[in-house]
Amino acid sequence: MDNIYKKDFPIFEREKGLVYLDNSATTQKPQSVLDAAQRYYSESNANPLRGLYGLSVRATDVYENAREAARAFINAKSTREIVFTRGATEGLNLLAYSLGRLVLGEGDEVLIGVSEHHSNILPWQVICKERGAKLKYLEPDKNGRYTESALTEALSERTKIFSLAQVSNVFGRRNDIKAFGDICRKNGTLIICDGAQSVPHMKTDVRELGVDALVLSGHKMLAPMGIGVLYAREELLEKMPPYQTGGEMIEYVTREGATFAELPHKFEAGTVNVGGAAGLHAAIDYINSKGFDKLIERERELTAFAFEKMKNTPYVNIIGSDKAQDHDGIIAFTVEGVHPHDIAAVFDSQNIAIRAGHHCAQPLHQFLGVPSSARLSLAFYNDEEDIERFTKTLATVRRLMGYDK
Amino acid sequence: MTSDSFYGEVLADHNLHPLHRHEMPDATYTCKGLNPTCGDDIELNLVIEDGIIKDGSFTGIGCAISQASADIMLELIIGRTPEQAEHLKELFMKMIGGEISAPELEELEEAGALQSISKMPARVKCATLSWRTMGELLKKEQK
Repeated sequence: MDNIYKKDFPIFEREKGLVYLDNSATTQKPQSVLDAAQRYYSESNANPLRGLYGLSVRATDVYENAREAARAFINAKSTREIVFTRGATEGLNLLAYSLGRLVLGEGDEVLIGVSEHHSNILPWQVICKERGAKLKYLEPDKNGRYTESALTEALSERTKIFSLAQVSNVFGRRNDIKAFGDICRKNGTLIICDGAQSVPHMKTDVRELGVDALVLSGHKMLAPMGIGVLYAREELLEKMPPYQTGGEMIEYVTREGATFAELPHKFEAGTVNVGGAAGLHAAIDYINSKGFDKLIERERELTAFAFEKMKNTPYVNIIGSDKAQDHDGIIAFTVEGVHPHDIAAVFDSQNIAIRAGHHCAQPLHQFLGVPSSARLSLAFYNDEEDIERFTKTLATVRRLMGYDK
Repeated sequence: MTSDSFYGEVLADHNLHPLHRHEMPDATYTCKGLNPTCGDDIELNLVIEDGIIKDGSFTGIGCAISQASADIMLELIIGRTPEQAEHLKELFMKMIGGEISAPELEELEEAGALQSISKMPARVKCATLSWRTMGELLKKEQK
């Protein structure tokens, strides 16, 4: 079958024979995204948000149009709720330092999932220590399922913040953020959603989800590295103190103090990443023009195809649910007797890119009792041939490591 | 590669059938080594008496390269002095850095099987984990 997407991605033109299955780490970039970033720098580059001359006004337009595209993509109410960041990691750090300082006091609690990426663990460790608050972990079952009853039980009257990935980067399983949000609201707990792995692969409506904040990384959804989005409800952002201070986020500065700029600029200190924002805008346009529903459907098909093949490969253990539909494009696995780093090396020798290690989720691997794992993660531009090559190599791993001779 | 073993027979064999992978309660020196890239760790144990490395072992988790490298290293340094072991470590690091001479390579004996790692930058930390750990352990021993 003809792959109608790969031709849009110049890296596949250049790297003939590359099978790229590390899309959860970062996706490849279509030509239109690369062009958009370059077009900005060659046609409209100036320091934006000052607008003292025409070029600066144009640069500001490029940046603010991207903000509107991002707003529409996740259906936020206003662009005042869209803060550009470097990525999900910066978004979570911003929330921990700013929101954490606003709401956490001595003896308060922050609840997070044990399967979280380190970027949704470490900022909370730091801020809890600073505020004298307690960091607690919610545990899923072995299939990676977080239940409403476990959440209800884990919340206390001191729980100020609950932060969870919508899709874990290891289990690949979708959490019912909407239901968890309802539980949190009744408890007076703010809910934060790490959308790094979900927003690129499913339709996101922050109002429908009912989250107080959500973060995402542009580079995991076709955009350049170094651009991401923090969404938070406007009234929350109004109350939150700035995370970084400096230029472009002020209204008026005296020797003693300052008043801060309006939302969202209050949280965007320093010269902003307009080229990255232009790329993110183009990425969103690309997804919309191809039909997000179609791309999602394609990823589901491919996941199911890969899952069945992997399930039937001897000595291969899949982490998390034993049902394909519980894996949103992400399948982490182990091969009995073979260290994941060696698995990845065998795949690399066949020009197949997969991830191995703890996937920045060490507490999860400790919880599961496996030191590390290998991971395949898909995007719509993968195809059946990629998966055939993957599974063919998977079947040879043990023999190549000296077993079964 | 002469066989279809991915890393060659020597490494496959040391990984699957290590001689020195076990606990060592009577060790006189123990040191932990960590590979932050993969989160893997090993524990290296040595019995050093009368200026000689009398025995040694390792435990912990790691990829085939790190496990085989640890096993080969112990095979090489048991029966030698700490100074000789340190010298071999220097040679091993030189080999991984891709700047070893033929006579030096000879001194490394079976550890020479890891020479190809010099062309695999992603695996340097794996191959050198046990050797770096030995370096730390010998520093403790000198105190």
